[in-house]
Amino acid sequence: MLLATLDFQTLSDAVGLGAIYALMAVGIGLVFGVLRLVNFAYGQLVMAGAYTLAFTSTWPLWASIAACFVVVVALSLAMETVVFRPLRGQSPAVMLVTTFAVAFLLQAIALIIDLRDDTLGEVAASLTSLNEPVSIFGGEVRKITLVSIAVAAGALLLLALLLTRTTIGLHTRAAAGDFRTARLLGVRANRVIAFSVFLSGLLAAAVAVMMTVQLPLVTPDFALRDTIVVLVGVVVGGIDRLWTATLGGFTLGFASGLINGLLPTDKTVYLPSAVFALVILVLLLRPAGLFAWGGRTAPERV
Amino acid sequence: MPEPALELDGLEVRYGTVAAVRDVALRVDKGEIVGLIGPNGAGKSTTLHAIMGVVPASAGEIRLHGRSLRKRSSESIAQAGVALVPEGRRIFYEFTVEENLRLGLAARRGSGKGDPLERAYELFPMLREFRRRHAGHLSGGQQQQLAIGRALVAEPDVLLLDEPSLGLAPLAVDSVFEALRGIRERGVTILLVEQRALHTVALADRTHVLVGGELRLTLSPADARDPDKIVAAYLA
Repeated sequence: MLLATLDFQTLSDAVGLGAIYALMAVGIGLVFGVLRLVNFAYGQLVMAGAYTLAFTSTWPLWASIAACFVVVVALSLAMETVVFRPLRGQSPAVMLVTTFAVAFLLQAIALIIDLRDDTLGEVAASLTSLNEPVSIFGGEVRKITLVSIAVAAGALLLLALLLTRTTIGLHTRAAAGDFRTARLLGVRANRVIAFSVFLSGLLAAAVAVMMTVQLPLVTPDFALRDTIVVLVGVVVGGIDRLWTATLGGFTLGFASGLINGLLPTDKTVYLPSAVFALVILVLLLRPAGLFAWGGRTAPERV
Repeated sequence: MPEPALELDGLEVRYGTVAAVRDVALRVDKGEIVGLIGPNGAGKSTTLHAIMGVVPASAGEIRLHGRSLRKRSSESIAQAGVALVPEGRRIFYEFTVEENLRLGLAARRGSGKGDPLERAYELFPMLREFRRRHAGHLSGGQQQQLAIGRALVAEPDVLLLDEPSLGLAPLAVDSVFEALRGIRERGVTILLVEQRALHTVALADRTHVLVGGELRLTLSPADARDPDKIVAAYLA
């Protein structure tokens, strides 16, 4: 039989993966909004966070998680100042290729650091107890799934409040819509960019903490495949709006989780093929994005 | 002795090898309205963009209250007290009217008492009534009022307007010019770029005619009664 039965555990795992991918999609979408830059190196921020968790796994849990957030946010801000800022105003192709270079550079650095003990991979096992199941609604759900969903929902809610209720949020949304006009109105470009990059770093750190629960062995290509899937999800959802990008990320995470659960164990190598076949279908049927309804701007009236 | 608010001196702007604006000198004294008219492509918008730091000036000087604005970023020029109502209004359609106005506060210096949006509401009561609506649902004339209101809440010393009457119905055009009179009464200095020559010459204290990137002629309000002179200036 090709398909195993769809059970509660598969469904909840898929939602959990969708939640994590949604957070990555927001992180990528936030930076795209203000810089018009698709940050391919986003996965390497998550990877750096995972390594930090591995190297600090003897520390108290709170300190280890705090270190992860500090390292990832600092790296995210450094990436902006050292690499993206000098490239501002360059063509999107130049910036995209540059983020490839940054991604490979960070992977190479991680490899050098990792191989100091002559074995590839470090273990971040502080939180593996979250893989234990709990009973809920008569079914079994792993704790990490509940944590992922709660963290994603909380983070998205906070972000929505931050973007709609605060001045810096208003400025960031304006910069994402029309950067030149926003600057003409006095919106400080460097401030909204730093704000977006900071938030995007926080999200990458949260993703690193949750991902290491399920994949405690951290290698230089940690989160690389996930980033590619999320980038595809962001494009499929519609990259020019934060919420469609987020839904796109969630959808691909959910679909991956579902197909992974439905495929028999010896057939899971077909997972990427199945996911990307779906993506091609979506791009053929809804090229503007799965969730793009109507135009971006209202028609100009006289 | 009138006090100069904004001065351009020998301003030149180049796009590659082409000079879009050449040796433009003009001054706008405190509390004045100065008009800048001319045919399409004369360099009117480019002049405003140079003042706001959107395009670099290749030569000459731009001064606000005697201090140079050259080589400063758009946001720092806005924060120094120059506000632009851009061509095509450039309001944020997906934001509410109130959010659009609050964006204008980004360039506001200091914090006065009371509701900072009051300046816009007082001049355009419609904005208060529709403050919760999406800006994209406003008519063209209302959107122009929003764009002007958004510039005013920053409490600028100098207001630059780039063809505010463009694409508006005749009644809406009249209300824009009426609003400009009201703004002058509040002590704001105005540099107005327009295509509607007669309206502009009648309103402004002085109107310069820009043709081919150079100032050709200066008209006074009395010249509004002599349309032939204005037409001749365009064709000269």
